[in-house]
Amino acid sequence: MNAFAFTRADSVAGALRAAGGDAKFVAGGTTLVDLMKLGVENPTTVIDISRMPLAGVSRMPDNGLQIGALARNADVAHHPDVVNGYPVLSQALLAGASAQLRNMATTGGNLLQRTRCVAFRDTAMACNKRSPGSGCAAIGGFNRNLAILGTSDRCIASHPSDQNVALTALEATVQISGPKGERSVPIGDFYLLPGDTPERETVLEPGELVTSVTVPPPAPGAKSAYLKLRDRASYEFALASAAVVAIVRGGTIERVRIAMGGIGTKPWRNLEAEAALHGKPATAEQFAKAAQIVLSDAKPQSQNGFKVELAKRCLIAALTTVTQGA
Amino acid sequence: MSQPVLGAPLDRVEGPGKVTGRIAYTADNDIPGMVHAVVVESTIANGRIAAIDESAARSAPGVIAIMTPRNAPRVDARKVDANDSLLFLLQGDAVEFDRQPVAVAIAETFEQATYAARLVRVRYDVRPPTTALASGERFLPDQIFGKPAQHKRGMPEDAFARAAVTLKQTYRTPTEHHNPMETHATIAQWTGDRLTIYDATQWVFGVQHRLAATFGIDPKAIRVVAPFVGGAFGCKGQTWSHVPLAAMAARLAGRPVKLVVTRPQMFGWVGHRPQTEQVVGLGAARDGTLAAVTHDVLSETSMSDEFVEPSVVFSRDLYAVPNYAMSDTLSRLNISKPTYQRGPGESTGSFAMESAMDELSYALGIDPLELRLRNYSANDPDSGKPYSSKRLRECYAAAAAQFGWSARNPKVRSTSRGRMLVGSGMATASRATHRSPCTVRMRMNADGNVLVQCGTIEQGTGTPTVYPQLAAEILEIPPERVRFEFGNTDLPAAPIAAGSQTSGSVGSAVVVAARRMRELLVSHDGKPPADGFEVELEDSPPPEEAEHATQAFGAHFAEVEVDPDLGTVRVTRFVGAFDGGRILNAKTARSQMLGGIVWGISMALFEDTRYDARSGRIMNANLSEYLVPTNADIPDVEVILIAGDDPFANPAGAKGIGEVGICGSAAAVANAVYHATGIRIRDLPITPDKLIR
Repeated sequence: MNAFAFTRADSVAGALRAAGGDAKFVAGGTTLVDLMKLGVENPTTVIDISRMPLAGVSRMPDNGLQIGALARNADVAHHPDVVNGYPVLSQALLAGASAQLRNMATTGGNLLQRTRCVAFRDTAMACNKRSPGSGCAAIGGFNRNLAILGTSDRCIASHPSDQNVALTALEATVQISGPKGERSVPIGDFYLLPGDTPERETVLEPGELVTSVTVPPPAPGAKSAYLKLRDRASYEFALASAAVVAIVRGGTIERVRIAMGGIGTKPWRNLEAEAALHGKPATAEQFAKAAQIVLSDAKPQSQNGFKVELAKRCLIAALTTVTQGA
Repeated sequence: MSQPVLGAPLDRVEGPGKVTGRIAYTADNDIPGMVHAVVVESTIANGRIAAIDESAARSAPGVIAIMTPRNAPRVDARKVDANDSLLFLLQGDAVEFDRQPVAVAIAETFEQATYAARLVRVRYDVRPPTTALASGERFLPDQIFGKPAQHKRGMPEDAFARAAVTLKQTYRTPTEHHNPMETHATIAQWTGDRLTIYDATQWVFGVQHRLAATFGIDPKAIRVVAPFVGGAFGCKGQTWSHVPLAAMAARLAGRPVKLVVTRPQMFGWVGHRPQTEQVVGLGAARDGTLAAVTHDVLSETSMSDEFVEPSVVFSRDLYAVPNYAMSDTLSRLNISKPTYQRGPGESTGSFAMESAMDELSYALGIDPLELRLRNYSANDPDSGKPYSSKRLRECYAAAAAQFGWSARNPKVRSTSRGRMLVGSGMATASRATHRSPCTVRMRMNADGNVLVQCGTIEQGTGTPTVYPQLAAEILEIPPERVRFEFGNTDLPAAPIAAGSQTSGSVGSAVVVAARRMRELLVSHDGKPPADGFEVELEDSPPPEEAEHATQAFGAHFAEVEVDPDLGTVRVTRFVGAFDGGRILNAKTARSQMLGGIVWGISMALFEDTRYDARSGRIMNANLSEYLVPTNADIPDVEVILIAGDDPFANPAGAKGIGEVGICGSAAAVANAVYHATGIRIRDLPITPDKLIR
């Protein structure tokens, strides 16, 4: 990696003061340090924010949950309020990475996790996300695990996180501090499609810092689950995953939220598919219709056509799990 | 002594040192004045170096030199014999595979050398590479390890044409990389014209010989040390390019140099298992008796060198088949030279042959195990020689009983557990055992303690534990009174620690030396003189050993659960029983078998080196994207050792056990997947996408 200046900020205000230029914040370091070693990220300044007091998980007045940006993935996954109120989030976190990585990785860092597209991570390959305008080696190249939804002719990199898929189904909100003050962004608006600017992945402006994520209170009677499909049982990114939060009464779907991972350039939510399920019986037939809607816009690449069918089956299986016995 | 020493599951003597980090592997050693070298590897797979701009690298902090084809010492990169490899030592500008060494950065620290390596700018004239097996130039190699590339016995064409039932299928295995925990590493130090090398190698004498030829110096001027080797599995059998490069860098820098190969570079110039495309034809009578077998293999090799994956060995040497034909064709690709990888030949060949046998069993409605028994061969079917020993029937019986094979519903897609389809499959394991000349020196001091010296290496197989055990058994002393010294070229010459031959070679030399020591002891009334005894001898296989065929055998039984909707496969049970002749240590032997079975599961479900078709670049050159099993992927594995002496194999009575565990284990998993689902996967690995089609 390149030489860089290392500073430490103990408060949000201090972090915002230190930010600027190409400086990067580092917390757990599980993505940034990796990418610096690969020469993909080359910041000249790294600001350690791991000591800021943002590691808490606390109940909010509306009974929702606030998860500090520095809360470790392992701590969040095992937090009683998460385990009881938001099983989908706990399951998604535990399906990610390894125990060692989960002990280091933070909520905010995971929110900003970079793609695992190998063209992005290999500086010998063309990549518009890493080096805008250089092209995309993955289109027509090695793309077995890349996106089939939300792609552009510039970028087909899949969003890698499990946590963010669960947070999307939970309709979380991202709290941001920056030079212009604080703002809140619903997670559905937080991620950008690659379009012509794949190097821009979120609405974060230069110098802004994620301070926490809030999730609304669990809806009474809601059940949730996360299903992740991958090539091995552990320590592997999703081929396809589904986060489902649903309320089913008397066999009828009253409310459902669906987000999918592994198949989109961002955590993938489809409001039309959710609407199609509302008020419908919780049956395999309805689930298949919803899955069809989610994947109707899929644009498979040379090696990942199987994901269309796999993602449908993944969603149907997750919906079945959540609605079983309801 | 109350307890037998030989075969006892003694703990590894070096175990505490390994788990507490006290033992030094090659890269753990530091020499005063030592500097660090980092290889710059090509990012293209075919073309020429047009220009190298090393100016930024040269002026980076701590940099001593940037070695490129312009200033690299002139050396001889050619092979020393047919089994050796052409090396890439910065002697020219041609690039023929991804990650070929093109420069070396030498700096005071590892970090500085790593940084400088990144600053070296290489411009290429790029030509389109060929990495698809089907697209390479095809040719029949002159020979495969001394045997012809085409061979037949009987009248295979006629027998196949007349057979009541025939089956012909194509099976594919992908490129796989060894990925031992310890990456390759070399430390090189010149003292005048004398060279000292620390190296992660399976053969210190091979390194010595190769470097002598490369630098045109006397082998005696080269001392090679392999302190401990952190796994090898065949990739440390050859002296690869980084070893001379380290010595060249040391010459250029005028300082000792440490060169550690990085994990992504482990996918570069240090060998791999070549991809294969195997067409297996079986012709049988209705009762399952095989009349003819054909096995035609296409495998990859590099542009300027040749390695043949001898997959045919498995089908040639196992079942009682009177009519047989085989061929081995190579396809030239822009890849680095393939090499031996655990169970070379039998690992890939057994996937094809044992899958085909499974297909035949269902076609005939004969139990897969029964089909194997009906084709059991008392003698080596190709040479007609008797086996030195064969307890394969006992392996089948013991593993089948332990697995509960007879309770299996033979119908495919007939068994489920909840939503999961359950299947079970079996396969035969077979692996040739070799033996080479080996010298040992054995010294008994006046106090009765024994030192055994032999220049073999320890790569996790139990070398310092099992050979003292063997000597102690014969000398009738406790094994802790015998110390084994190994791992450098000052010691008596040992063969390469590969090819399942170390127990047979080193073990036999230890046995012969210990017997002579015992005679000496008897002639001295059981008491060594004040200056002790010393025995040094070279043990070679006598001609009469060639009267027998020596093979290790085994039987694999696997159970899998397959999610019928999602295509995920989980191995839920695995039982293997093995005939390895005399077992020297039950604990290290069991570890070998466990490791082999895990490799087989890995081969069946995970491992697959992926090339970018346009650039020839390897796209998963790391342990995140190149999948090997996690603990969660591996079920309880039961290993049964069918132990017994093998008086004809060698004086140790031991057949090689380092590789038989992987041979057939992938097929057992694939066969279980078929039984569970009715879907026959003939191209590995078996991934979810192939099961939801």
